Amino acid sequence: MQPTSVENSAPHIGTDNRPAYRDASDTRAGSGPCVVALLGNPNTGKTALFNALTGFRRHVANYPGVTVDIARGPMRGASRPIELIDLPGTYSLAAAAPDECVACDALHGRRPELPRPRLVVVVVDASNLLRNLYLVSQVLELDLPVVVALNMIDVARRRGIRIADDRLSDRLGVPVVPVVATQPRTVAPLVRAMESSLSSPASSPAARRPLPSFPAAGSPDEVRARYRWAQQVLNGVVTRTEPASPAWSDRIDAAVTHPVAGLVLLILVLYGMFTLLYRGAEPLMHLMESAFAWLGTQVAGIVPDGFWASLLQDGVLAGVGGVLQFLPQILVLFFFIAVLEDCGYMARMAFMVDRLMRPLGLSGRALIPLLSSFACAVPAILGTRVIASRRERLITILIAPFMSCSARLPVYVLFIGAFVPQRAWLGGAVRLDALVMLAMYLVGIVVSVPVALLLRKTVFAGSASGFLLELPSYKWPRLRTVWQRMYLAGRSFVVRAGTVILLVNVAVWALGYFPRSTQTRAKMENLRVIHAWDEATFQRELAGAYLRDSFLGRLGHAIEPAIAPLGWDWRIGVSVIASFPAREVVVATLGTIANLDAGAAEATALRDALRGMKREDNSEPLFTLPVALSIMVFFALCAQCVGTLTVIWKETGSWRWPVISFVGMTTLAYVAAWAVSATARVAGL
Amino acid sequence: MSLAKLPSRTRGRVTRVRVDHDLSRRLMEMGLVEGTEVQVVRRAPFGDPLQIRVGDYDLSLRTSEAELIDVTRVRG
Repeated sequence: MQPTSVENSAPHIGTDNRPAYRDASDTRAGSGPCVVALLGNPNTGKTALFNALTGFRRHVANYPGVTVDIARGPMRGASRPIELIDLPGTYSLAAAAPDECVACDALHGRRPELPRPRLVVVVVDASNLLRNLYLVSQVLELDLPVVVALNMIDVARRRGIRIADDRLSDRLGVPVVPVVATQPRTVAPLVRAMESSLSSPASSPAARRPLPSFPAAGSPDEVRARYRWAQQVLNGVVTRTEPASPAWSDRIDAAVTHPVAGLVLLILVLYGMFTLLYRGAEPLMHLMESAFAWLGTQVAGIVPDGFWASLLQDGVLAGVGGVLQFLPQILVLFFFIAVLEDCGYMARMAFMVDRLMRPLGLSGRALIPLLSSFACAVPAILGTRVIASRRERLITILIAPFMSCSARLPVYVLFIGAFVPQRAWLGGAVRLDALVMLAMYLVGIVVSVPVALLLRKTVFAGSASGFLLELPSYKWPRLRTVWQRMYLAGRSFVVRAGTVILLVNVAVWALGYFPRSTQTRAKMENLRVIHAWDEATFQRELAGAYLRDSFLGRLGHAIEPAIAPLGWDWRIGVSVIASFPAREVVVATLGTIANLDAGAAEATALRDALRGMKREDNSEPLFTLPVALSIMVFFALCAQCVGTLTVIWKETGSWRWPVISFVGMTTLAYVAAWAVSATARVAGL
Repeated sequence: MSLAKLPSRTRGRVTRVRVDHDLSRRLMEMGLVEGTEVQVVRRAPFGDPLQIRVGDYDLSLRTSEAELIDVTRVRG
């Protein structure tokens, strides 16, 4: 397998697959930094410890077929170079499906892009040792030196849990070091323990006291035996006194998951998130838009009109803008995800809504991605990382684009405003245009249900993934972690998806620009004289003529037989193709085709122009209500968005999924658009 | 008695875990093995899933998953 994109690849180091205990005594100078893996259950503060050990210096890489990012970074305060790998949190090294255990593969050196570690630091939650020791028992069977980091020791103390770490260390045969990962100064002893484990042969697995031999891997008896072992290890190690502070986490839980108050809170949080995603990101997006418009005029001032100016302005700058326009919403969504996950509320949200998501074959975890998809599918698909089950995550990724995003709204607004009759009932309380708008949002939701079920029954058939979700104790979210999460999400999007989106933008620009023949210009010059056009009119007419004559225009003509049943002509076809870089572009393209000045394409002008457009063969109006409805329904269901498709590609690690998504959604959109226009025509609308 | 039937706020001890289900192993790996003390903390607002306390931590699981686990009540 080839990495699809490995950003900031770490220096290539320690790729030899020799047994680690031999490497541990290898102190040759110049052998490069050695690799240490951080492993642990979810919610043990593993990432906080990683940050404390590396000082927040990390690079994140996404590996093929892996749905999680793996962070790497150089360790601070060590006397020799040490590279830390933050392995995904896991409860067990015996994964149900082989491709689901990235951590196992990394620990066994089965991933060529991840060097086999020479030491494993198992991060355990001091308040919950029993379950954490289950994983430790599996790690101790690996042929690797091990250090146990006893994290959140402060929380455990407050909960009245005392741990004899020396005795625990004796019984496990490996160093056990208490730390508080959120207080970086407490990690110094851990660093020393790691260094001495790396350099001393006494820490080699061979020198360790052997574990009891557990029953055959995979049998229920094996799990029982490991838990029995863990019980014995902890016997006399953990003592409990009365908690020093009341169980405030339980009290928060009672309020937050209350059948009434909890649901009200949930709705408020979701409403706040959605408002910020939908409205709060807007000023930033407008700011970006005007910045790029300004840059465009600067370019126009320097570069003379023509090919280069157009390439820079309409191709490259528009493309960069097309990439960056997603950023505000990505940052806002990841702000929420980071805060909600960090404080422990995310798990409760999933807990509360799980029942509602079940008819889709999904779990409560899918709520946030699906909801944010109503703002934009791009951050939503990136946000599916909160879903642990790969299958469930893929289904969510594939149905998220059916939710009507904010880029579809201008299309709805334009066509509803221009073609849906102004009608109201019940004294204006029920309006036809509002109903049509609602229908556009509903159509995506309604279609996504059978699609999800179909995917569940066919491609993703198999055993249930269930809903085993740990509900961690509440804690304050940490600003730095939140910011890091936002930064990494934004950066990873720009780096991984940016180039593709930019290239597609430029490609579609080129299709619309070329061939730009001199004949077209000569013809328009003639018409200019005949009709006595002023300069502005001439420029508009010329732009329209160039577009009609472009490859894009010809493509529109080529697909005309296919779209004729929808009542569309080639001009609508061109606009739909041109909207591939961003859905809302369809509005601007229609404006250009209608010979409107791109800059002055005001809503009313465009509406009037659309109403005035005639069919080329029989000069009847091109846009009728059935045609307008079919365009809206098509846009509600199609995958006409390079951002979405690129992100699907990058997140699933396979080009097949965006292809399936595009073909499937376009087919559905086409059939639905045809059905709507046919029905509307029969109904005499 | 199945864990799904254990009333909220009462404690129980796991007596048996059905091992023939796809999720059995994962349930056991999360600590739901024979002898473990569990408590149903609450049910979600729509009646399902359940929040249970397994030893020192809280776990959410669906009723259908809780039915794989038999418990006896623990007094006190």
